Amino acid sequence: MATRITRIELAKRVAADIPEGAYVNLGIGAPTLVADHMPEGRQIILHTENGMLGMGEAPAAGEVDPDLINAGKQPVTAQPGAAFFHHADSFGMMRGGHLDVCVLGAFEVSQHGDLANWSTGEPGAIPAIGGAMDLAIGAKDVYVMTDLLTKDGRSKLVAECAYPLTGARCVSRVYTDHAVFDVTPDGFAVVERFGDTTHAELEALTGLALIDATGAAA
Amino acid sequence: MIDKVVPDIAEALSDIHDGACVMIGGFGRAGQPVDLIDALIDLGPSELTIVNNNAGNGDVGLARLIGLGRVKKIICSFPRQSDSWHFDKKYRAGEIELEIVPQGNLAERIRAAGAGIGAFFTPTGVGTQIAEGKEHRVIDGKEYLLEYPIHADFALIQAFRGDRLGNLVYRRTARNFGPIMASAAATTIVQVDEVVEVGALDPETVVTPGLFVDRVVPVGYRPWLNAEGDFIGGVDVNGEPLAEKGADA
Repeated sequence: MATRITRIELAKRVAADIPEGAYVNLGIGAPTLVADHMPEGRQIILHTENGMLGMGEAPAAGEVDPDLINAGKQPVTAQPGAAFFHHADSFGMMRGGHLDVCVLGAFEVSQHGDLANWSTGEPGAIPAIGGAMDLAIGAKDVYVMTDLLTKDGRSKLVAECAYPLTGARCVSRVYTDHAVFDVTPDGFAVVERFGDTTHAELEALTGLALIDATGAAA
Repeated sequence: MIDKVVPDIAEALSDIHDGACVMIGGFGRAGQPVDLIDALIDLGPSELTIVNNNAGNGDVGLARLIGLGRVKKIICSFPRQSDSWHFDKKYRAGEIELEIVPQGNLAERIRAAGAGIGAFFTPTGVGTQIAEGKEHRVIDGKEYLLEYPIHADFALIQAFRGDRLGNLVYRRTARNFGPIMASAAATTIVQVDEVVEVGALDPETVVTPGLFVDRVVPVGYRPWLNAEGDFIGGVDVNGEPLAEKGADA
């Protein structure tokens, strides 16, 4: 069985790749852990698409301000130097390519970099997109942070997405509990394997022919 | 003398008619014009088209409007939530029409209406289900979809302070859809915590100029602010007192 790393370790691994001074949007769920695990002394500015740059951590219970929330509608704080703006400006920052990094969750990522994370396409399900499609195309680098396998053992890295797409050819890198994958014109390239995981094991788990790029500088 | 202040909330909303298209501001509890929505419910117009980011939460505000069967169609980005049961029931019964729009496209379509833009090309949604049936164009090698503006008959929004000219400032992330909805509706009605004297708002910090605003309704400071408008807290994220909700915040 291939080695896996914990979600916290994965958050640290993603954080390590976010450069000093980056403007970053962290999607709802596991990606929010990345902010808590930045390397010592590195300053990044967090964007929340409901209208703030400079988002800080959650407040104490008595200090919750219903007017100060993140995109997940959770209470947050504003760091010194924060700025507020309306929704059209906020999404303009994303669409306009002003954000450096977005970190998102995924149901599936295809070898072309297509992302599916908004709908499992079940009949009768009520659709809900929110900011997902904007986020998918909303940064210079779109990172996905996810378990490699679903709870029932299927690979989230696929040849072609079966679920409805959130964005086409938008993902640049996928961080999983088994390995880090770059999306390349020739398919997924493994840039780092965790623990004693082997290239052959990753190919078996994903059912894909993978490029071994672990020798190259990541 | 220009005076857009309408102290009586029912009077401020009295011309909202059956079949009107009404934008309602807010993202979650933040920026939701709860007093205006309650007054709209009491007033009774139906067959409404509502533009909002969500489709209501719990049993209050927009959720109650939907539950009472007043809404014919909703244009929003994220209707399905853990507490959107009124919408869910109406949708499953085929009693409400849904136009689902990615959040950034929703915001830009509203902004475009206010800015006199006839339509715009956006990359959001290219290659997805929402692109079906829409005009595509490749510009400088990149693919875009054509999206049209959303105009409304009325906008109901919340701001923090306003003056009788309609100039507005907001509070933190409660700004969200307020400024763009104010610009996109034929008639914009704003609930403010406090009306201040003309000249009291610093022109450098006015967010929505009064030109976009038709009626200003003072409703008093929100429960997590004191009589001077300073933050005192003591509530959960929905604005409910902590004593009732415990550690849920």
